[in-house]
Amino acid sequence: MTAATNSGSVRIPSPAALRRQRRRDNFTRVGGQFLHHRVGMLGVFILLAFTLMALTANFFFPRSMLDIAQTVQNPAWQSPDAQFWLGTDADGRSVLAELFWGARTSLAVGLAATFVAVALGATVGIASGHYRNATGMALERFTDWFLVIPWLPLAVVILTILGGGLGIIILVIGITSWAGTARLVRAQTLSIEGRPYMERAQVLGVGHTQQMARHVLPNVLPLILANATLTVSIAILTETTLSFLGLGDPTHPSWGTMLEDAYASSAISNGAWWWVLPPGICIVLVVLAFTLIGRALEVIFNPRLSQELP
Amino acid sequence: MTEPILQVSDLHVTFRARGGVAARAVDGVNLELGKGEIVALVGESGCGKTTLARSMLGLVEPNQGVVSYAGTPLRYATRSLKQHRKHVQLVLQDPMGSLNPRLTVYESVAEGPRTHGMDDEVGRVKRALAQAGLRPPEKFFLRYPHQLSGGQRQRVVIAGALALEPDVLVADEPVSSLDASVRGEILALLLKLREELGLTVLVVTHDLGLAWNIADRIVVMYLGRVVEQGTTEQVLTSPQHPYTQALLSVVPEIKQLEPIVLTGEPPDPTRIPSACRFHPRCQTLASGLADDAGVGEKCRTQDLPVLPPHIEEHRCACWWAAAREAAAQQA
Amino acid sequence: MTLLEIRNLSLTYRTKQAQIPAVRGVSLQVAAGETLGLAGESGCGKSTLASTVLRLYPKSATVTGEVLLDGVDTLTMSWGQLRAVRWRSASVVFQGAMHSLDPLQKIGKQLAEPIMTHFSTYTTSSARKRVRDLLAQVNLPEGIADSYPHQLSGGQKQRVMIALALACDPRLIVADEPTTALDVMVQAQVLDLLSSIVRERGLGLMIISHDLSVLAEQADRVAVMYAGTIVEEGPGSEVFRNPNHPYTRALAGAFPTIGDLESRYAPSGLDGDPPDPAELPDGCAFHPRCPDALPTCTEQTPALLEVGPHRRAACLLLDHAGTATRGMP
Repeated sequence: MTAATNSGSVRIPSPAALRRQRRRDNFTRVGGQFLHHRVGMLGVFILLAFTLMALTANFFFPRSMLDIAQTVQNPAWQSPDAQFWLGTDADGRSVLAELFWGARTSLAVGLAATFVAVALGATVGIASGHYRNATGMALERFTDWFLVIPWLPLAVVILTILGGGLGIIILVIGITSWAGTARLVRAQTLSIEGRPYMERAQVLGVGHTQQMARHVLPNVLPLILANATLTVSIAILTETTLSFLGLGDPTHPSWGTMLEDAYASSAISNGAWWWVLPPGICIVLVVLAFTLIGRALEVIFNPRLSQELP
Repeated sequence: MTEPILQVSDLHVTFRARGGVAARAVDGVNLELGKGEIVALVGESGCGKTTLARSMLGLVEPNQGVVSYAGTPLRYATRSLKQHRKHVQLVLQDPMGSLNPRLTVYESVAEGPRTHGMDDEVGRVKRALAQAGLRPPEKFFLRYPHQLSGGQRQRVVIAGALALEPDVLVADEPVSSLDASVRGEILALLLKLREELGLTVLVVTHDLGLAWNIADRIVVMYLGRVVEQGTTEQVLTSPQHPYTQALLSVVPEIKQLEPIVLTGEPPDPTRIPSACRFHPRCQTLASGLADDAGVGEKCRTQDLPVLPPHIEEHRCACWWAAAREAAAQQA
Repeated sequence: MTLLEIRNLSLTYRTKQAQIPAVRGVSLQVAAGETLGLAGESGCGKSTLASTVLRLYPKSATVTGEVLLDGVDTLTMSWGQLRAVRWRSASVVFQGAMHSLDPLQKIGKQLAEPIMTHFSTYTTSSARKRVRDLLAQVNLPEGIADSYPHQLSGGQKQRVMIALALACDPRLIVADEPTTALDVMVQAQVLDLLSSIVRERGLGLMIISHDLSVLAEQADRVAVMYAGTIVEEGPGSEVFRNPNHPYTRALAGAFPTIGDLESRYAPSGLDGDPPDPAELPDGCAFHPRCPDALPTCTEQTPALLEVGPHRRAACLLLDHAGTATRGMP
């Protein structure tokens, strides 16, 4: 190359600053594309509404409103009126209050469980894709095993042994959902492992952990992100199912426990639609919101992924 | 004259293909690289040259035999391999695939020094880029691979290897993905690196013209063995082995030689013929010349010994060539 | 007789962002029994040119000029005519044979497809027989018809592509980089096969390759393409051994003659890269990389003119009589 005139020295930012800049660039680019995606934005708005619901629960409805002892004097089985916008349940509690508090639990559990599932799934997925020896094969079999086990009996067994409580529930949902992510991540890792720059990293002397962290993880992250939003939907539905089966945490009412309560009190035969429909609709809307966001992310990330292939 | 800097003794590398069939990719090779030499390792696909190059880098552990750097045998523990990486580096065929598209040029070149904890990272990257012909180096620090041309990308890959200050560079088809008019500059760069840094280069290629351009010595491989080796002039102007003669004859626009197009499919390392591994395709055997020289039976029944790693001599693993030489010496 | 005549062809791709002139005013001819070599590197427009023969370029592209196949312009043919012409009058051996075959279908089925599409008289069994004939013509054993693409080697796959091109008995074949990514011995086998087919059937063949030495051996005439135009034209081996245009000289230099001491330790190449067709320089498109460029080269675009018997070149440094006015052997 011919030597061009040196127009002053370029100040090289530190490696950390370069990384931050790169991440900022990625974020703004993805964010910009997302804003144009109408369906994705719909999902975001729905989610925002429910997040607001969860955050303002304590503000609008003090916790005492959920205490059965406190609500004894309220009319039970009241259909919606001016005082109770969504009516009351069998114990006189405001359904609306329960809905707001339920949003807290359902969303929190959904997100926390997803974090556990994705962290575990991504780690196992990357490791089983990267290591081509006995370790890798063992991890692959481990993943397959968890994919095949029916999750509900497993959840019931674990909950029975470890007892209830929100923390355990989050753990259980995480344990039963990670394998799907792991398999997806493993497939993507295998395709990345085949690329020449992985071999180059190996020849340069980069160790296994660094190879996975520096080269594989950043390239798998978009996939993980898109998959995570879809996993939240699964987590929320799983929590709902467990609660509905009576395995939920009674001290932290969720939409699932509301449904369980309503069902146990024969709400449907009593005609108390205001007790049964709202939690169900909320669950559907939240799951829909995450699905729409996940879809939008997949569409945004996929053209980029295919552009990276030589 | 030049003491060997990288050596391979009696190397055997066998892979298990699907179905349990063994592929003897490298089936007994002795090779030496002298300091400051440019050696071309030529052969077709399936001959084992890529596997041999990778075992010299420590990427493939041999079933038998020893790889030695500066006289010390290579051990396959993580730490010794990491040490080895500072001495022997690799340049791959596809520059676009060799660079992580998410990393800037600076980060790609700095990867090596950073992994080995070397000091003065910025200085090293600058030096490496300049040595690879990208000047001024700072101009390229913040660029991404997709913003560079093919030739520039390959220079970045070379810079990444140079940043570790290796003694040996193994280049696997370094120019075959590049446009024809761009190849010259990369080949000229390799020559320049030998001049200025005393770098030893092993070029793995199937292109004999490339070997003619830059190599001091040529090693020709067939089905896991070295069949001929010598200086470039010796091997390419007076090839002794029938395989080399056939390869040379089909290079387009080569003077004087009648094209010998070998029949049959390229060699398959899972089905290596017994006796001389080239004999089923050998044109000399097929035409009866080998029988005339009295070695036809040997070609069909006796396997040839592995060539020793003599650097200066022109050696060839062929019964017919040996018989001819013996006859010439007697005359 | 002339099978293919391209007259002043220009093709511009249209994208949302830009207009890309891939081919700019190219004229070529291929006669029966003749092999034309088209030499060039990435971005020069050679594959685009090949796609115009059977009108395989995207509809959004603007095309001017004529592509006369057997005297009829493929660019303005009706759809029905075009379908009839495709594969019957002319066929294409695509670049990268490995990827052109359907991995899920047996070879025999893929070879039978064009036959059954074009000839309604063929039944499954007569098509199978024809497939066996085709495989024999390309020196492949019958058993290949029952194999899947992944079971074949690169050379075998390329021969299948040639058999595919021969399926409907075309009179012209366009082979786009038929030997790239093949070993030199397999390359020789494939090229031998192509020349014997051309010889025996009197076909016209257009080979596109960046390897000028291959074209010099195989082609009767060679045209060198750069940035969408022809920069040199002439008999194959002459263009290679005595190039007139500086670009041809550089391209030829990339394939050194073994045994020639001048190229020993002297790899020759050009600075810079083949130009981006979306951003072509003014004047002669080659001037930024030309070792002999003059100031006028940045202003004037050279025309393709006679520089000798059967030889043409587009360079301001050459006068019409064919002798160099500056710096060439």
